[in-house]
This record gives sequence, structure tokens and C-alpha cells, in this order.
Amino acid sequence: MILVLAEHDNASVKSATLHAVAAARKLGGDVHVLVAGHGASGAAAGAAKISGVAKVLHADAPHLAKPTAENLAAQVLALAGNGYTHLVAPATGSGKNVMPRVAAKLDVAQVSEITGIESPDTFVRPIYAGNAFATVQSTDRIKVLTVRTTAFDAEGEGGAAPVESIAAAPAAAGGATVTGQEITKSERPELISARIVISGGRGLGNGENFRKLLEPLADRLNAALGASRAAVDAGFVPNDYQVGQTGKIVAPDLYIAVGISGAIQHLAGMKDSKVIVAINKDAEAPIFQIADYGLVGDLFEILPALVAALPAR
Amino acid sequence: MKVLVPVKRVVDFNVKVRVKPDGSGVDTANVKMSMNPFDEIAVEEAVRLREKGIATEVVVVSCGATAVQETLRTALAIGADRAILVQSDAELQPLAVAKLLAAVVAKESPQLCILGKQAIDDDASQVGQMLAALLDWPQATYASKVEIAGGKATVAREVDGGLETVEMALPAVVTTDLRLNEPRYATLPNIMKAKKKPLETLDAASLGVDVAPRLKTLKVVEPPKRKGGGRVADVAELVAKLRNEAKVI
Repeated sequence: MILVLAEHDNASVKSATLHAVAAARKLGGDVHVLVAGHGASGAAAGAAKISGVAKVLHADAPHLAKPTAENLAAQVLALAGNGYTHLVAPATGSGKNVMPRVAAKLDVAQVSEITGIESPDTFVRPIYAGNAFATVQSTDRIKVLTVRTTAFDAEGEGGAAPVESIAAAPAAAGGATVTGQEITKSERPELISARIVISGGRGLGNGENFRKLLEPLADRLNAALGASRAAVDAGFVPNDYQVGQTGKIVAPDLYIAVGISGAIQHLAGMKDSKVIVAINKDAEAPIFQIADYGLVGDLFEILPALVAALPAR
Repeated sequence: MKVLVPVKRVVDFNVKVRVKPDGSGVDTANVKMSMNPFDEIAVEEAVRLREKGIATEVVVVSCGATAVQETLRTALAIGADRAILVQSDAELQPLAVAKLLAAVVAKESPQLCILGKQAIDDDASQVGQMLAALLDWPQATYASKVEIAGGKATVAREVDGGLETVEMALPAVVTTDLRLNEPRYATLPNIMKAKKKPLETLDAASLGVDVAPRLKTLKVVEPPKRKGGGRVADVAELVAKLRNEAKVI
């Protein structure tokens, strides 16, 4: 049996969960999805519809509304002894925060950001910013895995799994408490699941140009906005825009890199995109080596022309 | 308050690594090694806490072969007070490192451990969370701001879609994200001073923890090559290709 820790916002499951379930189904065995939240029956119902899910376990408690790693780990650990061979979470900010805590408590290794499953105990994962791929075999009795969402196609709907209410594990004694959240509100698609991503780099010069030039294009294409680490470092946009080894990993149908030179650590986050467009004034920029369509020129002229060439939605 | 900062020696972030022809791993012979960039941010944060009078001592620790002394000296040059080398020639995986660090914590009794959020070699992002679990301490990963007052840490965390603030009682574990600070460059006088700062060596075996690897690396390969390098002349050609050839818009 495999337990997948759902990523959700209580109202619904996030797309990352669909990718994690897809990976879990390749492991062999019944797939159970844990929805730990508060007032999360919407998310539990959503999880039940994911195809291939045998059962949804729904734990509800106020301390699980915006859970800390301590409380979420306690909830997973309360179930871990029930015969699960694999504990799986998407390699999102939340999954990466919680799962190593679970693994250490169980005295087992975690295999991070798997991109392939060769057998129930053998996994492929990127190392060195994706410049190498390691195949590793786990000798532990329980395998704790985080899944790189872009490596597994999202599982679709069509399931009708039963939802079982389970007792919430007590809040962890001495754990941290969440006292505030500042979530960027956006009408745009989520960066990690968008079909089209437009990312800006240092070539845009400043945050104002970033918005002024990239937002109209994102509007035309219904695209998510991302950024290179250099643009984040320079303060153009917040950190959650960052695409790269130390930011988000994306693999959209179309990735448009604007004013991005293509440092190794940026390429690590986007080189699995299906089609890559690069716009840069430096014809020697490394980004052109991986781009399907490179356009050398002044982005301040190209972007308005590109917007004008696309129909308004 | 004592702050413990674990650091890792890794292949420098500017080096493009090569996979060994026999597929046994990545070639690390004769390549430039540096302190993991996120660990530099951790050392900087701890030193700033001492400069503000919040921390009294900054102790850096690294697990590995004798060569990691070099990385510890770098941390001392940034401003750490003393260093501990947990010496081992064995392959140390994240769980093993977390166990060794937990043993060092038991000896040193720090109130705060600050670690990098991830090492840029194995990209595992595990040790901080595992250390917190083994110690049963609260954790605040991916920190972009840390404030310590009244026996508590208030930490702004980078989360998907924005920021989250958590409060936790000390002792606690923090892992650093990019925006926490910009590490200073070690000046020449400080590099000289660092040579005289105390560096203690502990034999990993003497700490009595099980460091056996749990994951066996079967092979390491190069990533599939991406065929790129295509060019378009202007915006009109780009739009036409995206529409008719790639069919993505």
C-alpha cells in the first residue's frame, strides 16, 4: 500500500497531488491519499475523484488548517505503521518541508525529487542541478519519496474512491505555530502547472520593466510569470517567481525566456519544457543552445511587437 | 546563546560537472570545491546574530574527510568563532549527517542550528528537517528573515505562492533561503585570523551513531541532450513557427 500526502488548500486539491498520485500508481499496490486539513471536505472529495485512488483518508482538526511540518509529520507518522510500503509527497515547498522529518522519525532515508521509477525500490533522481541523473536503490523497509511533478503526467479524474474520516493526530508538543501568511494573489495560472510560462531575467533592468513588458504578453497567452535567480536577487520580483535549481521546476508546453542568459542553475528548472523560446540581445548567451527558437535582439523592441502580433483574448 | 552552523564542502557552483565514464558517479577529482552557497548564508546569519549581541558564540561543524577543514576555515574567516570537524572517510548520506549533527548538538547544546536549505551537489534538501526531527525541535525551513527575542524565533518562510511567518520556541532549527542575507566576503586579515581559531576534530566513529548508507547508487548518467540552437529572424517568423510548426499557441 502506498500513502500519498495530498497538497491542497482545504477547498480543493492542488495539481501537484495529481502528479504524485501518477507516480504512486507506478509503484504497485493500493494508493491511499491523505487529506490533512481543516474544513477540507472539498479537497477530500476532489482527491476521491482522482483516477486510481483506492481510498481517501481525511483528517480534520484546527491545527491542520495551515499545518506546520511538525503537525503534518505527526499525522503521516500516525498512519505510517498501517502497512504502507511507500510514503509519497509532491516535491513542493510543503512536501519538501515535511517528508524528511517523517523519514528521520522512521529512521529511513528519503529519496528526493524522483523523476523515474524503475522498480518499487529503485528510483531515478537528478543531482547537480540536473547535470546528472542517479539511479538509487533503497534498502529501507519504508520508502519515503518526494516526486518531481514535471516528470509524471497528471492523473486524470474518473475515480470514485471512498472517503474515510480518520482521527487527527494531536498537535505536536513544542512545535512551531504559523502566525501569518502573505500569499501573492494572482489571476494567472500557477507557475508549476501553467501550460505557458514567460520568465524574465536581469536583462529587463528593473521591476517596473519586468511588469510593463511581460504582463501584457502573459495576458495574451494566459501564461504564468517566472524569473531567473538574477532577477530575484536584483529585487525585480518576489522569490516565489524563481525558476531554477533552487526555485521552482517547470516543464510547460511553451517556455519563453526573456533577457535570461541561461546559467546552469536556471536551466535546471526549465530545460524539460516542450518548446523553449529565448529572447536575448547577446547572441552568445548559453540559453540559445537549448532554445528551439532563439531571437537575438533588443527585448524592449521585441516584446511590444510580439504582444501586437498576438490576438487579445 | 550558542548557534551551531553545519556546513558542507561541495563542487563549486560555477563548475559544470562531468559524469564518470564508468557511470559510478560524478568526477570530483581536480575540480574547484567551495562551501555550499546556502551554508554561506547560514554562517553569515549566525555571525550577524552575534554582532547584534543576540548570539554569544558561533560554532561551525562539517562532516567528512580531512579536506573539509578548508571549508571550516572559510566559515571561520566569515566570522565563526570555532569549528568542529566530524571526520569520516565513508559516504555520508543525509540521514547519517543528521545523526552525526544530533550527536554534536548533544555535546554542544546550542539554542539554534542554522543550515543551508539544500546542498547544490545532491540537491536533497533533507538534513535540516531530519536534524529537527531527531532532536524533536521545531523547524523553520526556507527562511528569508529570522528574528530572535525572548527565547523565541520568528521566521518568515518562502512558501509556494508567497511568504509564511512561523513562531517557535528555542531551541530550534532554521534552514536558509536565498533572500535571507548576502554573505560578506572574507577579508585577507580575517582569513589570516581564521587560521588561528580553534578547530577540533572528532572521529565520527566515536559519536556512536549508525552512518551506514541506506541508498545504493546503481549508476549515474548524463541527462538526455536537448537539441536546441534554432534561430528565427524576427517576431513575425517566431509567431508563425509557434503557431504552425510547434503548435503551442
